[in-house]
Amino acid sequence: MALKGELEHFSTTQLFNLINLARKTGTLFIEQEGKQAQISFREGKLIYAQSGSQDGQLASMLHRAGKLSDDQVRLIRERAGTTSDKQLGLLLINAGYVSQADIIQSIQQYTLDVVYDILAWSRGRFAFEDNRMPPPDRITVPIDLENVIIEYTRNMREVEHLEKELPNLDFALKFPDRPGASLRNINLSVEEWRVVSFINPKNSIRQIAKANEMSEMEIRQIVYGLLQAGLVELVRPPRKDDPQQSAARRRRPTSQQTPQVKKTVVNKLISRIKSL
Amino acid sequence: MQTVKMVITGPFSSGKTEFIRSISEIEVVSTEREISTPAERVKDATTVAMDFGRITVDDDLVLYLFGTPGQRRFDFMWEILAEGMLGFVVMVDSAKPETFREAKSILETFRAYAPTPYVVAANKQDLPDAWAAEDLRIALRVEDNVKLLPCIATDKESVKNVLLELLYSILEEMET
Repeated sequence: MALKGELEHFSTTQLFNLINLARKTGTLFIEQEGKQAQISFREGKLIYAQSGSQDGQLASMLHRAGKLSDDQVRLIRERAGTTSDKQLGLLLINAGYVSQADIIQSIQQYTLDVVYDILAWSRGRFAFEDNRMPPPDRITVPIDLENVIIEYTRNMREVEHLEKELPNLDFALKFPDRPGASLRNINLSVEEWRVVSFINPKNSIRQIAKANEMSEMEIRQIVYGLLQAGLVELVRPPRKDDPQQSAARRRRPTSQQTPQVKKTVVNKLISRIKSL
Repeated sequence: MQTVKMVITGPFSSGKTEFIRSISEIEVVSTEREISTPAERVKDATTVAMDFGRITVDDDLVLYLFGTPGQRRFDFMWEILAEGMLGFVVMVDSAKPETFREAKSILETFRAYAPTPYVVAANKQDLPDAWAAEDLRIALRVEDNVKLLPCIATDKESVKNVLLELLYSILEEMET
């Protein structure tokens, strides 16, 4: 099945949320005004990213992280030939140039830098290819997408986008029922924890903002991040608090709100449709 | 004679008219007129009043299917159509991510009109660009307890399946 479209209609954070929740494995290809990027995922975790002219190779990542000098990188490029990233990593560790932790940290930081840049792309085409993986010689380090999304949305300032994504502050929030959804390994800020502590289907987002003395913009930003990271879900507030629903009900006589239909009628309908 | 009503709603060009046409025993009565704006020029005409289909169960019972107008400027009709409905189907064009936000908004609007059961039909699943139903569930933030069904509105069996699942949901709600 296709998972493709335009970023204008389905943003990068929404895509990451979908990939995370559906625990997808494969590669997301994005193209924006001549720039190209590819981001790979394994079971919903970010494992690899490459953008534009950057080669995405270990030597470049270590150089960028300041673990290798210009001369060392030049030598590696001249002499390493077809040595894979995995082989090169082992050689560098054995030679005492870097530690395993240096390699993991450098890869993670490089991947995150590339991904935060791509997350800001608001136009362009995307396509997700199921089960497509990065070249086998690359070292991949799994990164939880929840943290990536939360960190990115903290810096989001597009009011219009936030209002479009979260138009109704009268909705409430609840924690998802899906297995594996947990706040334990997520790096939340103090403000985010304050919001989380009020999450309850009885509390509307507006009420949570009021309790925490937050502006609409601040609460939208936090809730949007939590939603996109799949850490919370929107739920309708109790009906008495829903002005839209109350208004709709007020306009109609009670007899018209819910039809008085018996079970036998529904069973008859089922039999008839089956017979068509 | 008892009549019951179901509403078929969804964004412009999501396949509501085709859905009703596939199962109605009468020629679907729809008031269509030519499209006026370039954005809506996907097809030559759009439903401005409503589609209307019928399934006769027996001498005493008839099911009416009402399709809502696809364009937002006719949404004043929605609440009128929603009155007294037994349940509703939200049609989504699975190959048009640009309509997902609109589909979600229509879903929320209808939920506010009446607390009746509903299902989401992921239509046009036969198109190569169609998103999988499970991806649509996440994209539209449809709760796990709501049925999201793959659908091809031009296929009668597929339409039957959607209506049957809606009726099963209605039955379940009556039993709780």
